[in-house]
Amino acid sequence: MEEILKTAFPFIVSAVAIVAAFGGVMVIVAYTVLAERKVLGWIQGRIGPNRVGPWGVLQPFADLLKFILKEDLVPDKSTKFMYFLAPLVALGCALMPMVVYPFGPQVTDPLGWLVPYTTGIAYVGPAVAYTAEAAKGVTLAIAKIDVGVLYVLGITSVGVYGIALAGWSSNNKYSLMGGLRSSAQMISYELAMGASVLGVVMLAGTLDLNGIILAQTQSPFKWFIIPQFIGFMVFLIAAFAETNRVPFDLPEAETELVAGFHTEYSALKFALFFMAEYVNMFTVSVMCTTLFLGGWYVPGLSHIVEPGSLLYAVISIGAFVLKICCFLFLYIWIRGTLPRFRFDQLMNFGWKFLLPVALINVILSVVVIYFLNS
Amino acid sequence: MGLENNIWESLPDVITVKLDAVINWARKSSIWPATFGLACCAIEMMNSVSARNDLSRFGAETFRASPRQADVMIVSGRVSRKMAPVLRRIYDQMPEPKWVISMGACATSGGVFDNYAIVQGVDKIVPVDIYIPGCPPRPEMLVHAITMLQEKIMSESVKDRKDTFEEESRHSVVPGTLPVTEGTALEREIEEEVAQNKAPRPYTVPSKHERRRSS
Repeated sequence: MEEILKTAFPFIVSAVAIVAAFGGVMVIVAYTVLAERKVLGWIQGRIGPNRVGPWGVLQPFADLLKFILKEDLVPDKSTKFMYFLAPLVALGCALMPMVVYPFGPQVTDPLGWLVPYTTGIAYVGPAVAYTAEAAKGVTLAIAKIDVGVLYVLGITSVGVYGIALAGWSSNNKYSLMGGLRSSAQMISYELAMGASVLGVVMLAGTLDLNGIILAQTQSPFKWFIIPQFIGFMVFLIAAFAETNRVPFDLPEAETELVAGFHTEYSALKFALFFMAEYVNMFTVSVMCTTLFLGGWYVPGLSHIVEPGSLLYAVISIGAFVLKICCFLFLYIWIRGTLPRFRFDQLMNFGWKFLLPVALINVILSVVVIYFLNS
Repeated sequence: MGLENNIWESLPDVITVKLDAVINWARKSSIWPATFGLACCAIEMMNSVSARNDLSRFGAETFRASPRQADVMIVSGRVSRKMAPVLRRIYDQMPEPKWVISMGACATSGGVFDNYAIVQGVDKIVPVDIYIPGCPPRPEMLVHAITMLQEKIMSESVKDRKDTFEEESRHSVVPGTLPVTEGTALEREIEEEVAQNKAPRPYTVPSKHERRRSS
């Protein structure tokens, strides 16, 4: 009996982890939408939604239910299969990075049943290493992927297909323009984004997201935002462009393209695009937090609470979510502040400024790290 | 129209009554208007989402640029005869369930523009749910209209909404044609035909451009 339980245990844990992570992320995403409307209201001296439920808390659910029950229009001349596929690709690619989010620190596993699900990484000196001691702990992430950074960057790039397909298959000139703009924008900012991450990867010596956090857990002055401030700024700007948010929301520029790539989408399919955008925002915030702000690490907490205990994990998860929420707030704040770029300005900025800066940052990091290590 | 009709056909009354309350609540809680400003009333419409008259309190501040994602069309201002087919097309592009608010005297009845160029009431082109008087109405009146629309939505039932016949909706105004104005020879003609119980013909007249193209 115990053997069966022991075999089944990791699977049950995975299932629970997936449900918990998915539920948590979707709730945060739903309330990001509400928070956006509220905060934009406050920025503009308004009140924001407050009639639907107390303080407007039921607003996202009302919106979603309305969208589910609305008529689902499919344009006559659209390419039907692609038209149905596009929102699924967009939301699927937005949700897939969720499996490598490093939600919290390692929790000690006294029974040792979860050994196949542990990462076994520990921060020892200048680089991150795999140790048997650390292998006794369970990492609070759904999947154990050693190249988490590459995985996230790769999957978010595939998300372009959803938008490009939506623009093309709708058979509408505005949709097509939106899709094209989006593809061009995301491809050109992808480069700067990848280059800005390189510095962090070199400093941490690993591509594992939890490993990168472990490399920052000595003190808040070890957070990579300090040695990699240029990289952080480049990453942040590229992230805004990647997620098609203001001031880079050209794919859905209302003044020129009606609603951009989702002009022809109604009802639930539009809601899927809408959700995908916010899940992408969440992903990028997770990446910012993990790469530059120490992820779940709370300075000084290990002196008060025993590391590896459940309380330590809960507080760390709370800190992680709090840091993410700060970035989500930044998104909303900037949306309430900045106007939109023109398309040629956007491309010039991406290729002539952001990419060179990111590359110079990489070269500087290489030189500095070489001389520090020698 | 999609899911809703299936629910209505497959479920017993007891459940649909409870379902009505939930569905109507969701619909009234997020009425997203289409961005469609026509004249001076549009300025008041813009003001209704501003700081003083905050329409977002009712979850209705998200003006959608695409009619595909909108729930209510606010006809804000006079509808010229040239604009009428465009307005009708935008209405046709909106997915069900959809509502129309006729804002101001011009949209409601032609207002002071009692002439050949202005459609004498937007209800000749699209079905209107709420009329707002005023020239122009204050933003408070638009907010009031939204709350009235919410009351109306709450009194609706899933059962009342059935698929409209496509022919009917297509023929009411064919794209490229204009609606008939009161007092014209064409209107008298149509009235005579109706009096003689002849087959009703579309309440439209082809535009000059259309005529030229067809000949």
